[in-house]
Amino acid sequence: MIIGKSVDGRRQGAGRSTGRYTVPKASRRFARSNTPLYDRGAAGWWWALSGGTRWALLLLGATITVLPFLWMLGTSFKPESDVFGYPLRLQPSHPTLDNYQSIWQDLPFLRLVINSVVFAGGVTIVSVFFDSLAAFALARLRFPGRRIAFYLVLATLMVPFQVTLIPLFQLVFQIGWLNTYQGLIVPRATSAFGIFLLRQFFVTIPVELDEAAKVDGASTLYVYARIILPQARPALASLGVFYFMNNWNDFLWPLVMTSDTDMRNLPAGLTLFAGQYVVEHGVLMAGAVISLLPLAVAFALAQRYFVSGIATTGMK
Amino acid sequence: MVPVSATGLGPAPRGRARPRQPAPTRQAGLRQLARDSRAYIFLLPSAVILIVFVAYPIVQSFWMSLHTWSFFASSHPFVGLQNYQTMVHDSRFWNALENTALYTGVEVPLQVGLGLALAVALQRNTLVNKFLRSVFFFPVISSLATMGIVWKFLLDPQIGAINAALTSVGLPTVDFLQSTTWALPAVMFVGVWKSVGFSMVIFLAALQDVPEPLLEAAALDGAGRWLRFWRIVLPLLRHSLLFASIMATIASMQLFDSVYVMTSGGPIFHTETLVTYIYDAGFQYFQAGYAAAMSWVLFMLILVLSMLQLRLFRYSEVD
Repeated sequence: MIIGKSVDGRRQGAGRSTGRYTVPKASRRFARSNTPLYDRGAAGWWWALSGGTRWALLLLGATITVLPFLWMLGTSFKPESDVFGYPLRLQPSHPTLDNYQSIWQDLPFLRLVINSVVFAGGVTIVSVFFDSLAAFALARLRFPGRRIAFYLVLATLMVPFQVTLIPLFQLVFQIGWLNTYQGLIVPRATSAFGIFLLRQFFVTIPVELDEAAKVDGASTLYVYARIILPQARPALASLGVFYFMNNWNDFLWPLVMTSDTDMRNLPAGLTLFAGQYVVEHGVLMAGAVISLLPLAVAFALAQRYFVSGIATTGMK
Repeated sequence: MVPVSATGLGPAPRGRARPRQPAPTRQAGLRQLARDSRAYIFLLPSAVILIVFVAYPIVQSFWMSLHTWSFFASSHPFVGLQNYQTMVHDSRFWNALENTALYTGVEVPLQVGLGLALAVALQRNTLVNKFLRSVFFFPVISSLATMGIVWKFLLDPQIGAINAALTSVGLPTVDFLQSTTWALPAVMFVGVWKSVGFSMVIFLAALQDVPEPLLEAAALDGAGRWLRFWRIVLPLLRHSLLFASIMATIASMQLFDSVYVMTSGGPIFHTETLVTYIYDAGFQYFQAGYAAAMSWVLFMLILVLSMLQLRLFRYSEVD
């Protein structure tokens, strides 16, 4: 697992390395236009299409992909009359910030934002910490029952979350944690996936590092905090981004664990608002924009952490 | 992910081989205990949470499925497998299963296929390609529930942009989400839109590992682009294809957010999925036992589908 490496960070031989090869005459006929002969990307039907067709298809796909976001953004600046106006336009006739003002009054929107921050942030911080502790024990410490512990972690990984949803509701209800932050956060404060991911990363860190420190008299805690954790920073960041994104966007869990609008997160709260009889679409879209904003900004700044977790777990 | 990672377990953690133990003295035994307890302290927080909030609920869920169970009732009569028998005769369950299967059957191939096509198309590291990759990946970071609200608005028959576009080219308006024909395809479309970037990223990473000399040799032997892709690239992407399709299948089988937001399972149950039915059974009708039984069926279905795909891609063979 090469968690820390970004997809883009890998050097690509394609194109650059063709200079190494002398192209034999017989194979010249495969060289079309200026595409390098042995480019990995240049395999498949895609490259049999003409350049114009390729661009047109990509552009069409990209337009469909961004259109909902653009429409959401455009509508959030529209006066309500524009929403019903004819002909429909993407951009507002008179851009206004009214929607961004009313959202705070029409909904306990500030509460939703705070709830989302506490819930997603809380789960992220606590989970990454607990996961790293457990992963350290599984990767580095010897103790009776280690293999069993590891396989138990793997076993719980297989069970879909929905299987536990019904009993979890009952459990959280019995503890009296419905509609509380701890009810939202504590059941998620660790995950088999996170433990497994970090454990796989920790075992790739050379043991010699720990041993050198131990010779110098370092304690187990020191090795964990000062050697393993700094080495594992990319993995911790990827896992953190993964947790934050999933919980920020989560819907079913907050929907079940909270009945009080004041305790909902953004997706669950906005849905409630969207289900009302009179919906002001501009206001709703402003809420959607705000709820997307933190992740969009984080994505713009640190795209590789969003991608690397997915890309590398897929590599084996 | 599960089966993949499970097979990709790798070697046992490196570490010193346990030295031959001398005959244990009392002192050495105590020292050993102290060392073990350190490990248990590291494990403690996660262990407690996993046991109380994951392992126990898994068992409890199965236990509940054997009872007529209501959350707030004082007693829960044991009924054996009756909940599972009820399911066999429950047409609403079969309908939900059918919708889930249809959704999965359409969404997964589209997501994986388009993801692969995009990865091949955007494989070179040019500036434009990098930008386009970000564009196609962007929906992955958005919330399916929130974007469901946006899509519902876009698909609206009166004020939606999509119907405005249809009208402008002379086509009739379609009330997509209220139409028994179009509601499920619309939900499928949103699913593909949301997740195609996820598959793309998996394939982009895997494409970098395709060894160039192989392609070179094939080209010299006269293999065209299509043949090289079909015979070299695709077989080398087998593990990634497996991973991408298992992940997509698991997510599709658990579909909830977009359906709940866009159609609430309607019109007349035409988009109801297993998970929306489980939600309704558990939290609207308070038939917790029945809902738990359905969640176990969902679990088994996901397990079987994952195993089938492992077989299909012959994961353990060859390499």
